[in-house]
Amino acid sequence: MSDLLENHIVDVIVLGTLVLSAVWAVLSPRLLRAVIGLAVASCCVTIALFRLDSPLAGVFELSVCAGLISAVFISTISLSQLETEESIAGASKERIRRYWYLPPLLVLVGIAVFQIRLVDFPEVARVGKDVRQVLWTERHLDLLGQVTVLLAGAFGVVVLFKENKKHER
Amino acid sequence: MLALLVLGPIAALLLLNLPWRNVPRWALNASVLSLAFAELFVAVSLPALLSGAGLPLLDQLHFGLVADDLTRIMLAAIGLVLGAATLVGQDSISGDRKHRLFCSLLLVSLTGMNATVLLSDFFSMYVFLEVTAVASFILIAQDRALLAIEGAFRYLILSAVAAVFMLAACGLLVLSAGGTSFDAVRAALSSGTEHGVLARVALGVFVLGMFIKGGVVPFHGWLPGAYGSAPSAVSVLLSGIVTKVSGIYALVRIVHSVYVPDAKLSMVLLVLGTVSILVGAIAALGQTDMKRMLAYSSISQVGYIVLALGAGGELGVVAASFHLFNHAIFKSLLFVVAAAIESRAGTSELSRLGGIGGKMPVTGATATLGMLSAAGIPPFAGFFSKLLIIVALFKSDHTYFAVVAVLASLLTLGYFLSMQRQAFFGKPAEGLEDVTEATSGFLVPALVLATITVFAGVLFPFLLDSSFSFLLLSKSLPW
Amino acid sequence: MNAELLSVYITAIVLVATAGLYYLLVTTNLIRAVIGLELVTKAVTVGLVLAGKLTGNTGLTQTLVITLIVVEVVVMVVAVGLILLGHKHTNGVDVRQLRNIKG
Repeated sequence: MSDLLENHIVDVIVLGTLVLSAVWAVLSPRLLRAVIGLAVASCCVTIALFRLDSPLAGVFELSVCAGLISAVFISTISLSQLETEESIAGASKERIRRYWYLPPLLVLVGIAVFQIRLVDFPEVARVGKDVRQVLWTERHLDLLGQVTVLLAGAFGVVVLFKENKKHER
Repeated sequence: MLALLVLGPIAALLLLNLPWRNVPRWALNASVLSLAFAELFVAVSLPALLSGAGLPLLDQLHFGLVADDLTRIMLAAIGLVLGAATLVGQDSISGDRKHRLFCSLLLVSLTGMNATVLLSDFFSMYVFLEVTAVASFILIAQDRALLAIEGAFRYLILSAVAAVFMLAACGLLVLSAGGTSFDAVRAALSSGTEHGVLARVALGVFVLGMFIKGGVVPFHGWLPGAYGSAPSAVSVLLSGIVTKVSGIYALVRIVHSVYVPDAKLSMVLLVLGTVSILVGAIAALGQTDMKRMLAYSSISQVGYIVLALGAGGELGVVAASFHLFNHAIFKSLLFVVAAAIESRAGTSELSRLGGIGGKMPVTGATATLGMLSAAGIPPFAGFFSKLLIIVALFKSDHTYFAVVAVLASLLTLGYFLSMQRQAFFGKPAEGLEDVTEATSGFLVPALVLATITVFAGVLFPFLLDSSFSFLLLSKSLPW
Repeated sequence: MNAELLSVYITAIVLVATAGLYYLLVTTNLIRAVIGLELVTKAVTVGLVLAGKLTGNTGLTQTLVITLIVVEVVVMVVAVGLILLGHKHTNGVDVRQLRNIKG
């Protein structure tokens, strides 16, 4: 345990913050706070990715998840104007009833998982190519998939977001 | 060469959506239909095409696409259902802009499904299944009806949960096999070390994700809502092929090419299959809406496919593939009929549809053929695929399950007869006096699909020797 | 990577996934359901990258993660679009609408 704290304190802090912000996002009664919790969790994930030798993925995670997704959520919330005082007060008793299982559940699961004995994994030399090479030379099909899904998303935006015109010709 | 099957629809999609002034409906329909035909052509003549020269530009692309006889069956099914959906869409979707979006999304689904049946990597399967799923969500919700939005959202959430399972499985595969391609996984499974065990677990998690996407019990909750509330042309597409490709195809592909289930896994498949069959059939009996009854029937039939895979052996795989194809045909046929009825009578509630067979004779006739095939009556195709499944069960000493399968066929017959009686026979119900036969957009696909299901059945004893023996004898034939 | 650090990673992943799944199952608010989904996806992302780091295959897993992020963004945008559309219908939405979904 002490070895853990000495050498890997950064990792422990990052992962701890991740879990805490995730739990906070789940338990907080205000929707906006939940989104902020999600954004903080995204930042923690980014740092974790950097620590795991995956800088490019970390950058993506930061810009897309922490940035874009939070922006989308916040605009959704403001567009649908959900946060009125009455709704928060009314919902809180219900919430407590539904959510109070979660912290004990998490503690139990956490302890159970932590007890599982694992082996040391030696530092492995990097296998395979660098990420940019992999992306551009090996996984062309996935690239095509990304293009297609983005196209589909564009159609989705048109179908779902465009105002209904009065006349359909 | 195979890459064209995936690039073609995207190219068509881009072409159709350039900022033209106005894309006429016939152009949209023609492009989707021609792609569907091309698909059928490829399915039939694949070996000849593959032995020809490749295109130099395409060789630069490392798509890793493989094709074997299972692929051919899937391509044929995809092409047929897509064609049917296009024709139904032509007649049931009003509004040119809507129709353009519909055809564009059909092309996206086509890309996704083609890629899924051609690829050889588990992660790519996740990507393209999500592509198809996104197209499906948008298609379901395109009319912006509240019920459809709810159905689409529920499907989205469950589909995303399934995706998470698939991704977790990919993570485990990276750990155990060093990669996510079929070859890597096959190597890990046959190595026999703890890598093999982990890879097995990973495959199990992956298949769990597929079951959620495919509507296998107990993950079928989203299915009746989505099928029932979607616009008719979309229901044809969804029930005919999308759920099958998303859900069951991967299982068939895994059993066929990557890993043959051991006794425990086979038992899991057998039990899950049986439960699906029974739950679907019993629930179908109690439905009052035609589309929902058909949705539960789909759940039941998918159970048969899983049962066949549980029976195992090469006969099991052949039976599963054949039943998959047959289901695509007769289920799309029945949904086309439902769409036709809805277009004329304005409803799909069975209680309000009495006697419509008299008013819409061709529709009624094709519906009867479809139902007979689905219920497993000879000489239609459905009978033979069910027979194969039962034989496979007997041969692998699972007689108990075989008996249950036979009894469940009686249930299937039961709910279809009930549908026939309530909707098609008898005196025309009130409000249906002015109903006339459906337009050709519905009749053409109905007739084509009905013909196929009849001929596939009649010719099956002769076909069994030639084409399906390929499946029996060959494992995966790359390129 | 030593065993203890690995345990910490795996515990964190499982906890976040559990929290997200619980949220997804229990909430009646559509937006919260999407947040839960995002949390679970993050857990899987970290898991994937961890698997890559352990086997030395960081290039592959980064590629997978990048693709996965792109796909999930599109799914999320569609989800949000559906929520907003549904909101237009019922105006005041989320809790009541979901009763239909959970039922």
